[in-house]
Amino acid sequence: MLQNITKIYGEQKAVDNVSFSIDKGEIVGFLGPNGAGKSTTMKIITCFLPPTSGTGIICGHDLDQESIKVREKIGYLPEHNPLYLDMYVKEYLHFAAGVAGIKNNIKSRVKSAVERVGLEKEQKKKIGALSKGYRQRVGLAQAIIHDPEVLILDEPTSGLDPNQLVEIRNLIKEVGKDKTVLMSTHIMQEVQAMCNRTIIINNGQIVADDNTNNLKSNAAEKFVIKVEFDKSVDVEQLKSLGKVYDVLEIGQHIYQITAEKDLRKEVSSFANKNALNILTLQKEEQGLEDTFRDLTK
Amino acid sequence: MISLLKKEINSFFSSIMGYIILVVFLLSSGLFIWVFPETSVLDYGYANLDSLFGMAPWLFMFLIPAVTMRSFSDEFKSGTIELLYTRPITDLQIVLAKYFATLFLVVISLIPTLLYYYTIHQLSNPIGNVDHGAIWGSYLGLIMLGGTFVSIGVFSSSLTDNQIIAFIISMFLCFFVYLGFDYLSKLSLFVGELDSVILSLGIDEHYKSISRGVLDSRDVVYFISVILLFILFAKTSLESRKW
Repeated sequence: MLQNITKIYGEQKAVDNVSFSIDKGEIVGFLGPNGAGKSTTMKIITCFLPPTSGTGIICGHDLDQESIKVREKIGYLPEHNPLYLDMYVKEYLHFAAGVAGIKNNIKSRVKSAVERVGLEKEQKKKIGALSKGYRQRVGLAQAIIHDPEVLILDEPTSGLDPNQLVEIRNLIKEVGKDKTVLMSTHIMQEVQAMCNRTIIINNGQIVADDNTNNLKSNAAEKFVIKVEFDKSVDVEQLKSLGKVYDVLEIGQHIYQITAEKDLRKEVSSFANKNALNILTLQKEEQGLEDTFRDLTK
Repeated sequence: MISLLKKEINSFFSSIMGYIILVVFLLSSGLFIWVFPETSVLDYGYANLDSLFGMAPWLFMFLIPAVTMRSFSDEFKSGTIELLYTRPITDLQIVLAKYFATLFLVVISLIPTLLYYYTIHQLSNPIGNVDHGAIWGSYLGLIMLGGTFVSIGVFSSSLTDNQIIAFIISMFLCFFVYLGFDYLSKLSLFVGELDSVILSLGIDEHYKSISRGVLDSRDVVYFISVILLFILFAKTSLESRKW
């Protein structure tokens, strides 16, 4: 849970009065354009940076007063997944367990973490010799080794190839089953596939915080169609077809019409009337992506 | 903290760096004591290790900054410092782990030189006619001096993510603390009034004093305070991210 967090870098407000609370067991997607303040917010939650003002309570511990206890409860995968490249996977996980404050059963914990993220074959290799997908697994293993209640994952899937992407997503789903997860990303499908709740942040402020499905259906109140004619058409004429919010000429004789309802019929009769040929006519799929674009414009 | 300390020590010996430092230190100190005629004990005729204890601070002045320059700069550059900061350990523990890991390497590098001590012991006439107090005192002084250089190096490394800059800063600081005050005290401005005070701010004065084999609490207090001071600086430098 965060309350009125503000972080100011010099004169720039990176995070502006952000508050949200996450229930136990939720998987929350944290969306926003680059530089919106996602990473900064996560760095504040993980006690890497103190907020300029505001407080937060993680698992009943105050961010500022009991930061060591907060850190014990959190597993963190930073952006770009920094690792000691000259260490061996197993050696590194032993170390990670040690600095996380674990004293007993380090061996069995390392073993189970290795199994959960699927690193059995690579555990004797140097981290520097691993591919990006496997490094990401090491990063995840490091984050879950102390069995934290909260997982903070900062862009865990960036820079992975499509196969690795699916694997890592499944992995996060798997390890996040009994944990509270906050993960940032800018891949919309990922949020749609994984997170039951989405928080969208822009310019340091929360612009949406809702169930992922609600956010999707909000966008569905608008219809966007794309039409290509063989000749150019007056934009004003298109606007008069119905309750049209916006018409954009997005290519040569290609128009994007945003309207209250599906205008495909109107457009085709309009073409008939004006002796135009329609080359393509297509309804755009609306989803989280559009909500995101609308909110973060 | 123990696991961080272990990791640091492992990182010396799992890479070639730790061995290079040890070899360079032992090779050059060996050359100075036994081979180079100007400093060789064999030509000198007296059974002592003065040439070792005279040379070692200069070697440390290069080698210790070369070891410590990685300690924080590397973590800043690769971003791994974020992992340490977000683990349940305090900044002071991080600094101390880095400090003791390097100090451990320094002590390890001195252990083989006990062989020189044994050789001198055997060569002296009659056998064993060596000023043992002075030699053990010198070892203690050398460890103290090494400890001070390490704390300076760790501090310098915490200032920047550039290893070269960290190396140069810490070499300069080591030199200045070792001999700078000594030279400063000779300024005509200070002579006669403050020169002894300024002289006692430098390491050399205390190092020489311990080397005589007389353990004076003032010297020990001096070294420990300087070490603590730079450890505190390093901790403050890490905390500056929160300002």
